[in-house]
Amino acid sequence: MARKFLPQVATANDLFEGDVIYLTADNTWTREHAEAAVAETPEAAEALLKAAEAFPLQVVGPYLADAQIVDGRPAPVHFREDFRTRGPSNYFHGKQAEKTEA
Amino acid sequence: MYSYTNFDAAFVRDRVKEFRSQVERRLDGSLTEDEFKPLRLMNGLYLQLHAYMLRVAVPYGTLNSRQMRQLAHIADTWDKGYGHFTTRQNIQFNWPKLKDVPDILDALADVGMHAIQTSGNCIRNVTADHFAGAAADEIEDPRPTAELIRQWSTDHPEFAYLPRKFKVGVTGSPNDRAVTKAHDIGLRMVRGEAGEPGYEVIVGGGLGRTPMIGKVVRDFLPKRDLLAYLEAILQVYNLSGRRDNKYKARIKILVHETGIDELRARIEETFRRNRRLLPDVDPAIVARIEAAFAAPAWADRPVPDAPRLDAGLASFIDTNVVAHKRPDHAIVSVSLKPTGGTPGDATSAQMRVLADLAERYSHDELRISHEQNVILPHVHRADLPAVYAALREAGLATANIGLVGDIIACPGMDYCALATARSIPIAQQISEMFADLDAQRDIGPLKIKISGCINACGHHHVGHIGILGLDRAGVENYQLTLGGDGTETATIGTRTGHGFAYDEIVPAVGRLIGAYLDARETPEETFLETYRRLGMDPFKAALYGQEEQADAA
Repeated sequence: MARKFLPQVATANDLFEGDVIYLTADNTWTREHAEAAVAETPEAAEALLKAAEAFPLQVVGPYLADAQIVDGRPAPVHFREDFRTRGPSNYFHGKQAEKTEA
Repeated sequence: MYSYTNFDAAFVRDRVKEFRSQVERRLDGSLTEDEFKPLRLMNGLYLQLHAYMLRVAVPYGTLNSRQMRQLAHIADTWDKGYGHFTTRQNIQFNWPKLKDVPDILDALADVGMHAIQTSGNCIRNVTADHFAGAAADEIEDPRPTAELIRQWSTDHPEFAYLPRKFKVGVTGSPNDRAVTKAHDIGLRMVRGEAGEPGYEVIVGGGLGRTPMIGKVVRDFLPKRDLLAYLEAILQVYNLSGRRDNKYKARIKILVHETGIDELRARIEETFRRNRRLLPDVDPAIVARIEAAFAAPAWADRPVPDAPRLDAGLASFIDTNVVAHKRPDHAIVSVSLKPTGGTPGDATSAQMRVLADLAERYSHDELRISHEQNVILPHVHRADLPAVYAALREAGLATANIGLVGDIIACPGMDYCALATARSIPIAQQISEMFADLDAQRDIGPLKIKISGCINACGHHHVGHIGILGLDRAGVENYQLTLGGDGTETATIGTRTGHGFAYDEIVPAVGRLIGAYLDARETPEETFLETYRRLGMDPFKAALYGQEEQADAA
C-alpha cells in the first residue's frame, strides 16, 4: 500500500557554512524550518524539489523531508529533522545558539 | 618521533595548494558538488548534519606538544574551541567553514600534519597500540612499522580506488590494545624460531554491518617481507573484492566468501611474484624510520620510596597509570570521559595543558587511544604528583580508565549524517548514573561501547556491553549486545533481544550491571568473566524479566 502523502519541505546544507537551510515560498533560503515552503501534494513536492535543485552555487544535497503543520507553520516529523532544526544535544552550538544571539 | 622529510613536507603542502584551488573552483561554480565531493573527501572534509567536519589524521596516534598546541589553535581560530578524538585515533573538528578549510590544512602542514586518506576507498590512517614504545609487554615499538606502511600507502597509485575503505592496525605487544582483529589487516608482532621479531598477519576483520573477527593468514612474516606481503593482500583484494555491492565490498566479505585457505593460496602466490619483482625496502630507509622512534634519553632520577599519597592521587595512580617498560617510569592515561561529558572531546585549553605536560614530563610525546583518551607515555614516577595536580586543575584527572564511565561513543546523530540515533547523550547519562568513582571501581573493568548506526564507529560489537542506536519506525531505539571483546581474545558480542527506547536504555544498562553485581562470585570476577561463566540468562532476566513473566501469564 502506498504511504499516505505527508506535507513536504525542501531542505539542504549551505555550501559555505554547512548550516541547515530550507527553501521558502519566494524561492530564497532560510535557516528557519517554520519559514519553509510546504508542498501539500506529490506534484507540488516534485516542483519544490526541482526549485531547490536550482541553486548549485548556494546549497548542497537538497532533498524533501516530511513535515507537519503546527500552529499554521511547518514543523519536522522525524527526529533527525527535528535535530537539524536545533543543533547537537551535548553542547549549545549550531542553530539553537544562533537563535539566542539573534 | 618521526618528523617529515622534505619530500613529505612538499607533498603535503602541494596537496593543500591543490585543495585550495579545488575549493575556489567549487565556490565560483567551476566544479559541481558531484565533482567536488570526492575531492573534499580525499582531504578529510565531510558535510555532516549541521556543518562541515574535518577529520585530521593522527598517524598511529602519536603527537608532540607542538602539534597538540596547533590543534588547540585550529579549534580556537576556525572552530568552536574544542576537538573530538575518534576511535581511529584521529581528531575531528565539527564546525569548520568551507572557505577556511585550506587555511586549516596549511596550519596542519606547518606542524607536519594533514587530513589525507582519512576518508574514501583507500588505505586509511594506520592505527597502533597507544602504549607503543612505552609498554612493558612490548616485543618492539610498532610505530616504525606503521610509519613504513604510511609511507608506502600514501598516494599509492594502485590502491587509490579500492572496492571500499581499508584499515590497518598494528600492535607490538601480545596484549592487543589496538583491536587488530577488527581491522582489514591486523599486524601483531611475534617472535620467530630464532627469537627475531616478525608479524602475525590477520586479515578480514571488521565491525560495521557484518562484524567479523579477522583470520590469521600468515603465522609469521619476517619484517623485511612486510610491504611485499601487504602489497599482495591489497592486490588480491583490489582484483577480487566485490564492487557490485557497497555493503559486501570490504575484504572481510572476500575472506568469508572465498575462504581463508583459498585466499591465502592466492595471496602467497602473489607474494612470491612480488618478491621476485619488487626490490626489498632500502634498509637505510627502514633504519632512518626506526631511528626516528628511538627511545628518549631517560632521566636517571630516583623514585621517592613509598610517598604518602593523598586519596585522589592514589586512586588516579591505581586506575589511570600502568607499568612502563622502565620501572622508574609510568604510562599515564588521561581520561576524556569526565562525568556527564562527551567522550573524546577536549577543549583547546585542555589540549594546551596536555601539550605542556607532554613537553615537561613525557619527553614531548602524546598518544591518542582508540578508546578516545590521551596518553602521556613516558612519565617519571617522581613526577606523577605534579602531573596529577596539573590534570586535576584542567578537569582532566577523572580516575575511570577501563571502568564503566570510560565509554566509547561515536558522534552519533548529534553530528553524523549517517547516524540513525544519538550516542553521546546515552554515554553522558550512563556516566552520570555511575558518577561515584568508588562505585565504578567496585564494578571493576567494564567496557561500554556505543554506536549510533550499524557502521559501528563506536565499536559496539566488541564492547563488554555494546549499544547500537537505530531508527525503528521514526523513533530512536537501542539494541544491546553482551560479551564482546576487542583484545587478543576478540569476540563479537551477542544480542540480548529486542531493543529499548531512548528513555529506557540507560536504566536497562543499570539493570545489567546490577545483575552482574548480584551474580559475580567474587569482587575480582569481572563483568566479562561473569558473562562468560553464566551466559546470557541472568542478564536477559534483568533486562526483560517482567515482560517474560507477563508473556507467560
